[in-house]
Amino acid sequence: MSQGVLAIAEQLDGAFRKVTFEAVSEGKKIAAGMGCSLTVVVPGSGMESVARDLAKYGADKIIIADNAALKEYTTDAYANVVADIIGKEDPAVVILGATAQGKDLAPRLAARLDAAIAIDVIEIKVDGDSITATRPMYGGKLLADVVLEGTPKIIATRPNAMGVLESDGAGAVETVSADVGETAIRFVEKTMESNKLELTEADIIVSGGRGMGGGDFAILEALAAAMGGAVGASRVAVDEGWRAHSDQVGQTGKVVSPNLYVACGISGAIQHLAGMSSSKVVVAINKDPDAPIFSKADYGVVGDLFELVPAITEEIKAIKG
Amino acid sequence: MDIVVLLKQVPATEAMIGIADDGKSIKTDDIKWVINPYDEFAVEEALKIKEEQGGTVTILSVGTDKTVEAIRTGLAMGADNGVLINDPATAGCDSLGIAKILAEALKTMPYDLIIAGQRAVDDDNYIVGGAVAEYLGIPQISLVNKEEIVDGKIRCNRTVEGGTVVLDAPLPALFTTQRGLNEPRYASLPGIMKAKKKPLDTKTLSDIGIEAPSPKVGIAALRMPPERVGGRMIEGESAQEKAALLVKALHEEAKVV
Ligand SMILES: Cc1cc2nc3c(=O)[nH]c(=O)nc-3n(C[C@H](O)[C@H](O)[C@H](O)COP(=O)(O)OP(=O)(O)OC[C@H]3O[C@@H](n4cnc5c(N)ncnc54)[C@H](O)[C@@H]3O)c2cc1C
Ligand SMILES: Nc1ncnc2c1ncn2[C@@H]1O[C@H](COP(=O)(O)O)[C@@H](O)[C@H]1O
Repeated sequence: MSQGVLAIAEQLDGAFRKVTFEAVSEGKKIAAGMGCSLTVVVPGSGMESVARDLAKYGADKIIIADNAALKEYTTDAYANVVADIIGKEDPAVVILGATAQGKDLAPRLAARLDAAIAIDVIEIKVDGDSITATRPMYGGKLLADVVLEGTPKIIATRPNAMGVLESDGAGAVETVSADVGETAIRFVEKTMESNKLELTEADIIVSGGRGMGGGDFAILEALAAAMGGAVGASRVAVDEGWRAHSDQVGQTGKVVSPNLYVACGISGAIQHLAGMSSSKVVVAINKDPDAPIFSKADYGVVGDLFELVPAITEEIKAIKG
Repeated sequence: MDIVVLLKQVPATEAMIGIADDGKSIKTDDIKWVINPYDEFAVEEALKIKEEQGGTVTILSVGTDKTVEAIRTGLAMGADNGVLINDPATAGCDSLGIAKILAEALKTMPYDLIIAGQRAVDDDNYIVGGAVAEYLGIPQISLVNKEEIVDGKIRCNRTVEGGTVVLDAPLPALFTTQRGLNEPRYASLPGIMKAKKKPLDTKTLSDIGIEAPSPKVGIAALRMPPERVGGRMIEGESAQEKAALLVKALHEEAKVV
């Protein structure tokens, strides 16, 4: 009989992504709820030294699937290796992060294993063998409680939506030589914007919209830097060429769930709200007291962002000393 | 180059979404329906590839009578044919079921390239593209904002957190769209006239020789997300005063900085 929870770790250049700790922590909670153990699969190359850290988040067993061909993510190599391990381990639940990688891998696995799947899950309830996952739909206008049937059940958790919890796991490490099988996709190269904080992982985001009036986002960069956050943008700011597409928050941009979202010169169109409505605390800064964003914000400040943002940066610096 | 675009019709993004009496579906009375924005990118990219390399663009959709409108819009943009799978039995399908049906339909059609949206902005599932590729046993590249086809191979720029990855795959392949790929064209008036005469096949599940796959994922309940109750306006005489009060609230009350 299928049992146990299997989490899939995600690494970038040999380091785990934050969502891995979230998925492993959540996996541990499910395992506790089902009264079973948690195994974490670590696909990659040369991951031995960092893989042990996962015991801190409750991994009872850590399977390192080691192969130079797994250093960079490609759908077919990863799907082949992970599906193989799932076949052998026969887990009741498979959990991973709903990142670009997780969203690519999970449907492929689900189709191969004929498994129930839910992506971008923000809450999981376990009741015996039955699992209900909550996920936003319609750009966050609704929340859906979905029931997953059969085994395994594949759940991809939205980055930043779940907490990271430390707990003890035996952390028995096993390294398997992973067979990537037949593959068609070739990794050519990657370009990463170094030392830029990824929006979906950021705890704090300061976003600018048309109200910025141009491509100079220096005052937002300064506020974000003072708080240790990242800078996002509305679609208008991207369409105007002020910011990169990868900075766009919203229905056709990124969906983010930071602890704090500061919207500056953004009116609060429904397509923008779709990307940030699951933020824990929202601050709106807008010179128009009737801007719709104020009704979706926890704190609103009416005024000129060019005066307010630098003043806020000074206040933040003052409390951070 | 035979290109198939997987297209879903969805409520317009500005539509107000309400929950129907069954608690599991949405009210559809006053909704305006559109092509899923990510599938619009897919149609546009297919047309661009066709313009460069020749071939056909077919739009494939699982939908209902009203989906004809969305397919016609795609045809008016410039696609050549439409195929609509219209069968009441698909109503209960989950995403994997829809993917299975699309894959079976694709097996009866010529294709070198399949383009899907990264997600449909109604259920935001992110599943169908990858699952179709798996059922067909072809490579997939998702979240693509640039592609180039040379010598039977597609090279794609795939957006990932914090960067871009370049990948190659042999055709036939499937890729899913990311914003930045293109700016979809509008259907022109002559395009709309021409679209009326373009072939649009309607099929049932028995036409493609498949029964509705039984769902493994079901919606137990839909609910409204918790409203933000805060909505507190920070008042002050000057920008400095407002800033100080805001940061105090964020620090001491919300405890986020
Ligand atoms: C299919 C579809 C998908 C879309 N996807 C997205 C998406 O992913 N993300 C997205 O953001 N939008 C998206 N949009 C666009 C969306 O509808 C809005 O057009 C957009 O969000 C508006 O951007 P904005 O708030 O920056 O600009 P505006 O709506 O023009 O608002 C600018 C605001 O700045 C304020 N302002 C101006 N100057 C100042 C100042 N000096 N100080 C303070 N405030 C000032 C103004 O009062 C105003 O409220 C989409 C639209 C469609 C149809
Ligand atoms: N009913 C459908 N008919 C045709 N294509 C679909 C359908 N549902 C989803 N798709 C395709 O799959 C993509 C992802 O959808 P989803 O997995 O539902 O988020 C969409 O952007 C479409 O390209």
